[in-house]
Amino acid sequence: MSRSLEITITGCSWLCGIVLLGAVSTVIGYLLFKGFGTLGPQLLFGSVNPLEALLFKKQVFDGLFPAVVGTLLLVILSVGIAIPIGMTSGVYMAEYANGSVKKIFSLLFDILASIPSIVIGLFGFALAVFLHRHFSEKIYPSLLISSLALAFLVLPYIIRTTQIALETLPRETRLTALALGATKLQNIIYVLIPKSLSGIISGVILAIGRCAEDTAVIMLTGVVASAGVPKSLLANYEALPFYIYYISSQYMNEEELSSGYGAAIVLLGICAVLFLFAFMIQKGLAYRALYRA
Amino acid sequence: MLGKITERLFFICATISATITVLIFGFMVFLGLPLIKGGQFFHLLTQPWLPDHNLYGIYPMVMGTVFIASLGVVLAFPLSIGCASLISVIDGGIFSRILRRVVQMMTGIPTVIYGFVGLFLLVPFVRELFMGGSGMCVLSASIMLAILVAPTMILFFVDSFESVPKSYMQAVDSLGGSKVQKLIYIVIPGSWSGIMTGLVLSLGRAFGDTLIALMIAGNAVQAPSSLLDSARTLTAHIALVIASDYESLEFKSIFACGIVLYVFTTLLVVLVRSFGYASRRNNE
Repeated sequence: MSRSLEITITGCSWLCGIVLLGAVSTVIGYLLFKGFGTLGPQLLFGSVNPLEALLFKKQVFDGLFPAVVGTLLLVILSVGIAIPIGMTSGVYMAEYANGSVKKIFSLLFDILASIPSIVIGLFGFALAVFLHRHFSEKIYPSLLISSLALAFLVLPYIIRTTQIALETLPRETRLTALALGATKLQNIIYVLIPKSLSGIISGVILAIGRCAEDTAVIMLTGVVASAGVPKSLLANYEALPFYIYYISSQYMNEEELSSGYGAAIVLLGICAVLFLFAFMIQKGLAYRALYRA
Repeated sequence: MLGKITERLFFICATISATITVLIFGFMVFLGLPLIKGGQFFHLLTQPWLPDHNLYGIYPMVMGTVFIASLGVVLAFPLSIGCASLISVIDGGIFSRILRRVVQMMTGIPTVIYGFVGLFLLVPFVRELFMGGSGMCVLSASIMLAILVAPTMILFFVDSFESVPKSYMQAVDSLGGSKVQKLIYIVIPGSWSGIMTGLVLSLGRAFGDTLIALMIAGNAVQAPSSLLDSARTLTAHIALVIASDYESLEFKSIFACGIVLYVFTTLLVVLVRSFGYASRRNNE
């Protein structure tokens, strides 16, 4: 290989690295530059006193507070639905399933993980229509339907991380309790799950991040531009990512647009914090912080 | 006894999760049935979208998706190969560690943020650069999409580059080979299945993304014929038509879009599995 070709290849790969770093710092830098001025209590609560807003005494109409609350509720509900089903499915896949059942389930979970989120949203919408016709007149696209659809979206993440965390445990850990006379179930509950908890939790955190950022699912299943803090599970709601999308296409004036930049920074901040948590857990830092302090 | 009951319970939960996958497809087919019944489904894929003439073909959207997604992947591929080579072979120093962290962090950036920045930064730039049009076009959407899918690709490539056996690398070192020779003759040929897997997975991600195309591709219903044409993807079409009347054929057409997206991503999954690439990483 000639010397000049080697230099070209090295140069190109450095160029790629620099282009990528440049692109991502442009995206983040642009947001910070445009939206930094809007950050502050004003952005969240508008003209309402923050304390009164936090206690739900007064509605916030000109701030992001309802959208932040909507996103939080969405995350709690959907991860709350996905964790029990996902973890038990993951345990089943790792500890019980074998042969063709395992193969078929594994293929189906792979497909579920790859379905575009808008198709999951469309399914959620169709489900709402179906339930409305055959079950209860009160069901419309709403917070409940969105949480269900998002739970379907993140289910494969939780199943896979649980399964992999269990399957990668060393053999000795797996056999000790059994050798001492523990049943398979005791072994799973008292040894295998606690040992693989850090893997499972980092999967859950990634799922939370996915719920917080996804826009395509919720825009088909009941998110609206202005609804205030949702009063029930069957009500419409606001959410941060949809707010950003909505502002980008419907803003009336510069002030609204700059609140869009502010919302983008808030969302980015939430996702960055979640990512950092997942990262720390994978590195075992959080494990030490949680159990040895 | 307890063991048997819990095993049952675990099995039921796994079955519920698996059923959802099937149920989603079932719902799409059932609701799109009026369109499929007359054997029209394949016509839909080739017909134009002319609501005035009662034609609700999704050909323009299929083409829009194919153009934007494949161009995005084509742009991202060399960038990702370059970054992955830099991280795992060419530079072993501080820069590659930083780059790796940044790429991992990029997987967590919300899509809507790429769309938002694309709309207010890239679109005006493209408009100025090419002097005309709105700037909302296939090119703008593909560039943003490339930035979106690059991290997935890079992490996959790095993963497969680093699973090339250490002894091969040491053999090159002991023969006096350079880093570039190592990359070209050992690492890249040795991680073929990983590269293909990463490529196909990112194609799936680009295919299924909604927000970027919806926000910056312009959403015109036409098969794009140049990079600067506005286009609408299947995903954006679903998001835009959802507000119309339930019973109309126009509304039913979005289930045809859903079926196409579902079937295509399923095919990609089957393709990826046929590569038989096993990741060493626990998760992304």
